[in-house]
Amino acid sequence: MAKIGVWIETSEQGVKEANLGVLTAARRQEGAEIYAFLINAGADECKQTLQSYGARKIVAITVDGGDPAADPELQASALAEAIKHFEISALLGLSSAKGRDLLARTAALMDVPLIQDCIGVDPAAGTVVKSHFSGRTLATIRFNSNPYICGLRPNAIEPQTASCEAEVLNFAASGHSSGKLMVKEVKQSPLKAVDLTEANIIITGGRPIASADNYKILRECAGLLGAAVGASRAAVDAGFAPHSMQVGQTGKTVSPKLYIGCGLSGSVQHFAGMKTSKIIVAINTDKDAPIFGKCDYGIAGDLFEVVPVLTEVLKEQLDKVD
Amino acid sequence: MKIYVCVKHVPDTAAKISVFGGTGFAETCKFIVNPYDEYSLEEAVQIKQRDGQGEVIVVTVGKESALTTMRSALALGADRVILVKTDAQFLNSALTSRALKKAIEQDGVPDLIFCGKQSIDSEGMQTLFRLANAFDMPAVNDVVDLSLNGGVARVEREIGGGSREVFEMPLPCVIGATRGLNEPHYPKLPDIMKAKKKEVKQIDIAELDLDLTAPQTEIVHLEAVAERGQARMMDGSTREMVEQLVRILKEEEKVL
Repeated sequence: MAKIGVWIETSEQGVKEANLGVLTAARRQEGAEIYAFLINAGADECKQTLQSYGARKIVAITVDGGDPAADPELQASALAEAIKHFEISALLGLSSAKGRDLLARTAALMDVPLIQDCIGVDPAAGTVVKSHFSGRTLATIRFNSNPYICGLRPNAIEPQTASCEAEVLNFAASGHSSGKLMVKEVKQSPLKAVDLTEANIIITGGRPIASADNYKILRECAGLLGAAVGASRAAVDAGFAPHSMQVGQTGKTVSPKLYIGCGLSGSVQHFAGMKTSKIIVAINTDKDAPIFGKCDYGIAGDLFEVVPVLTEVLKEQLDKVD
Repeated sequence: MKIYVCVKHVPDTAAKISVFGGTGFAETCKFIVNPYDEYSLEEAVQIKQRDGQGEVIVVTVGKESALTTMRSALALGADRVILVKTDAQFLNSALTSRALKKAIEQDGVPDLIFCGKQSIDSEGMQTLFRLANAFDMPAVNDVVDLSLNGGVARVEREIGGGSREVFEMPLPCVIGATRGLNEPHYPKLPDIMKAKKKEVKQIDIAELDLDLTAPQTEIVHLEAVAERGQARMMDGSTREMVEQLVRILKEEEKVL
């Protein structure tokens, strides 16, 4: 029986929601046994969620005499040991900020094939689909050997439940590290913002937002929707938003269910970062803006008028539900 | 310091990509230095300028046509170029990293190696980790801030939501640059003229004694992505347009 591993990214709140799509993708191979790998996280707290999405085995990986949280090399080495020990043929995980680091280190260490940021995977065939040329083409890529590692773009795969009863296993890795690389500190962002790459809904403001302060109009609307707020390169270059908010070619690549672009022209570079969104809505004063030629829904109007009305309408609807 | 900068020759961001033959594309479009590699190059050149000595060597794996692109890398301030010549635009990352390692090793002993955080054509996001592993050097990707002090590199890496991890590692090490690290400058005419005279060394990949027969991964199909069509425009007053949109997003698209 094929054994497929899924590296589960956790936060203080437990299993990150975006993992559920990865577990769903792993189940596409019929009869495969799904192993969920947790590194330094409480298996019991995560068990309920993981078994609802088909994980038969939950492997709690710990490292003897080391702190994997402070040493990325140690984490990769522990994950590599677990892949070998459980004879995993394919390891899937999120190509989040964390996953782009961990999965790449693990593949390099094991010298096994890796494709990052996939938007589709067929574990039975050993193929993946991913963007090439910043989203202008899609490539189907085949893995020529096992085990292989596949990183999936967050939100690229719709989660579906498939309940089972999971068994919790403990795996103590010996862990190897050069000891050269150490996390000295983590600088938390002063903005308690929803992470762009993992958000289900994103509202982005382009250059017409005109000041850093004006992003509060978008933030208020985003707050109601649990959405993240993004910025275009032009807005970042103009100093209205930090680079960490930038969506597009030289910023973040995102794949939310809903992307609302306010005051965006629709450049190729911006689309490179968000064209795999499920639904794209554009708000722009210019009814002939190129963005209206390549999105799903449009409102020709000033973002300073439209967004506050959107916030108001959403508020009214929320009140109705309550 | 001897600083090696790994640079890729890639189709321009705005170029139209015409797919043909199932897995290929028309390589007649405009090519550029991979945008993230420009941040690498800029950082390397700035370090050399600050030190008042050292050497910045660009290493690339690609077709001979990459040389034109590498001239613009030289114009940005690199001292010389090593091109590992291949027949294909796409190699898998494992092979690329092995070729880079051999080419660097043959040339000298690196104090620092820079790569861009990813290429914008194949978007592999892993070559620098494989290269670091081959050299047994520490590596950090997505670097937005770097300072060097007494043989130690202190780097900051973005981890989402605007938060950053701060690392320290001894040299030699591998650094994956991204936007935010610096502002690449535009080359001036004299720099472009000087670049034409700088040394370019070509090595055929076959001379590097690598196993070229069994790639870890292979592209089996490449297809153009259809753009979305014209948007469905909302109409009426602002209030009416917004209500119409919210209803559609809720009831038809079920994304709210």
